[in-house]
Amino acid sequence: MAPRTLFEKIWDAHLVAAPEGQSELLYIDLHLVHEVTSPQAFDGLRASGRTVRQPLRTVATVDHNIPTTPRGLPIADPIAAKQIEALQKNCREFGVPLFDMDSVDQGIVHVIGPELGITLPGMTIVCGDSHTSTHGAFGSLAFGIGTSEVEHVLATQCLPQKRPKTMQVHVRGKLAEGVTAKDLALGIIGQIGTDGATGYVIEYAGDAVRKLSMEGRMTLCNMSIEAGARAGLVAPDDTTFAYSKSTRFAPKGKDWDDAVAYWRTLASDPGAKFDKVVEIDAASLAPFVTWGTNPGMVVAVTARVPELKSFPHIPDRRAAEQALAYMGLDPGTPMEAIAVDRVFIGSCTNSRIEDLRAAARVVKGQHVNAKVRAMVVPGSQSIKRAAEKEGLHRIFLDAGFEWRESGCSMCLGMNPDILQPGERCASTSNRNFEGRQGRGGRTHLVSPMMAAAAAIAGHFTDIRKWEFQN
Amino acid sequence: MQPFRKHTGKVAPLDKVNVDTDQIIPKQFLKRIERSGFGEFLFYDWRFSEAGEAGEKKTGDFVLDAPRHAQASILVAGKNFGCGSSREHAVWALSDFGFRVVIAPSFADIFANNSLKNGLLTVRLSEDEVAELTRRSKELDNHEVTVDLEELHVRDNQGFSAKFAMDEFSRHCLLHGLDDIGQTLVYEAEIGQYEAKHPVRAEMKAILAG
Repeated sequence: MAPRTLFEKIWDAHLVAAPEGQSELLYIDLHLVHEVTSPQAFDGLRASGRTVRQPLRTVATVDHNIPTTPRGLPIADPIAAKQIEALQKNCREFGVPLFDMDSVDQGIVHVIGPELGITLPGMTIVCGDSHTSTHGAFGSLAFGIGTSEVEHVLATQCLPQKRPKTMQVHVRGKLAEGVTAKDLALGIIGQIGTDGATGYVIEYAGDAVRKLSMEGRMTLCNMSIEAGARAGLVAPDDTTFAYSKSTRFAPKGKDWDDAVAYWRTLASDPGAKFDKVVEIDAASLAPFVTWGTNPGMVVAVTARVPELKSFPHIPDRRAAEQALAYMGLDPGTPMEAIAVDRVFIGSCTNSRIEDLRAAARVVKGQHVNAKVRAMVVPGSQSIKRAAEKEGLHRIFLDAGFEWRESGCSMCLGMNPDILQPGERCASTSNRNFEGRQGRGGRTHLVSPMMAAAAAIAGHFTDIRKWEFQN
Repeated sequence: MQPFRKHTGKVAPLDKVNVDTDQIIPKQFLKRIERSGFGEFLFYDWRFSEAGEAGEKKTGDFVLDAPRHAQASILVAGKNFGCGSSREHAVWALSDFGFRVVIAPSFADIFANNSLKNGLLTVRLSEDEVAELTRRSKELDNHEVTVDLEELHVRDNQGFSAKFAMDEFSRHCLLHGLDDIGQTLVYEAEIGQYEAKHPVRAEMKAILAG
């Protein structure tokens, strides 16, 4: 057989049918469901008299619109409450497992899949959420779908899909101290653009990627969609197996050994052809800060807000001009001179234990700037408990951060955690679109360490020069 | 799904690149559990002066509110239209507002898929062709465009003409308004065989117990 890529191996292993002149039919191993993009899909099933074909390959949780205030309190927003009730009712009616509001395992859907061992290597995973690409960190083909496709998978456990093209992003060298997976993701998007990978599935490779922890790989794969990619993957290795082995729903005993033996065969074969290869030099990366209204509008923290004349293409220049007007920034302003009002540490991009440890290390012994309101939202209840066991919550609380319950929170502002018009936020989330975190809010995407440092300093600052207090 | 063969209508030129789905339908409207009624919230933050529910003052200068483009059913926009969130609500809002076609140099993958499932036609033309259609819709009176999916052709009533490409299967589904769940279930036997070879893992059977 000709050498194949990781993507091709997973795709081929899940082909149910390849009808002539039609899309190929892929089997879906795991369908993750949340409250916002599923109610219309369940309604569709009811309207056509269909059922959920594989309830045990379907796992639901509530994350997008739930409050991050203490769990005992009622949900103040009646429309949000109704949406959560709809999911509870749908899961009961169709027999779908639900990690509900009061579950000790509740969390952001892309955080709990991996930590429970529901997400494992070599799978096909879908969810009505574009950041499903996160699960690619385990060497699974994972991608976001719309609500019609959610209904399709509920009914058939399959999806007709056009085979995407393949792109390898090869990161050579070593990430410097203070340069994280988030900076790598932002650096890649800055280089190839927000549509640079449209139509492709990315495989991340190279020394810098191999050395990333699972948390780092999840951050990197999470942001694949921000480059337009259908999915992003990292070949599974010992780092992956060590993470997954002790998880609750992972295979046990001989089943585990057999699974690992199979997973080891998934890496792209030597000589496998990618439709496109992008080379990144890790040494060229720095801690990044976005200046505009999409994740590709990004510069190093040591740089300045770009001049309009640096955009040769007219539509791009006009977009930059509109972005700067929205962001309230002047060309040429040093990024380190930009003051922030809010700091958000959380989201499916950066809310895992390693992210919280990194931020806490920056914060320890210091205090949030008097002009800043800062918030930490752990990605799951399990992460919150782990952080509290390590005493991280004390470090954040003593420094003046808010310590919240788990959920998507201010990443998309569907719950009460939003920016006010004109407020400027250093955010560890994934999108700096206009109004994303609240109408008129101004979002700058950064790593957890950079967000923590901005909270203390009151403005963006180069984490590589930070004086740690421990 | 409503079949799409040929459509003639007025154009609304949205002269912006990278229009994301957060702009098309802001998050505060995603809490509804229905599939209909999203049209009035389309491009809400660009069209209305205040956050919150509809009915507040329009900003007035947005293209969809200009008399020249009233009742437009074809949206023309810059590259990478529909990027970002997978929310199908974006497509529901465009359709509910009255759009049947979006023309742009490129589309984000998930948005294009969602459009296909709802009979909203996404047409890729070159940047130059999009710029020309944009100019014409702004400058020419009584400007109308016809999009023909059978012929894979975009024409206006004043001499513009361009071919576009689309994969044959997507075109077939759109032309016939096919329910694709039904089409997948044609392969019931193959799905069953796959499942027999790949049963649900024992550990997952314990998941309902929590």
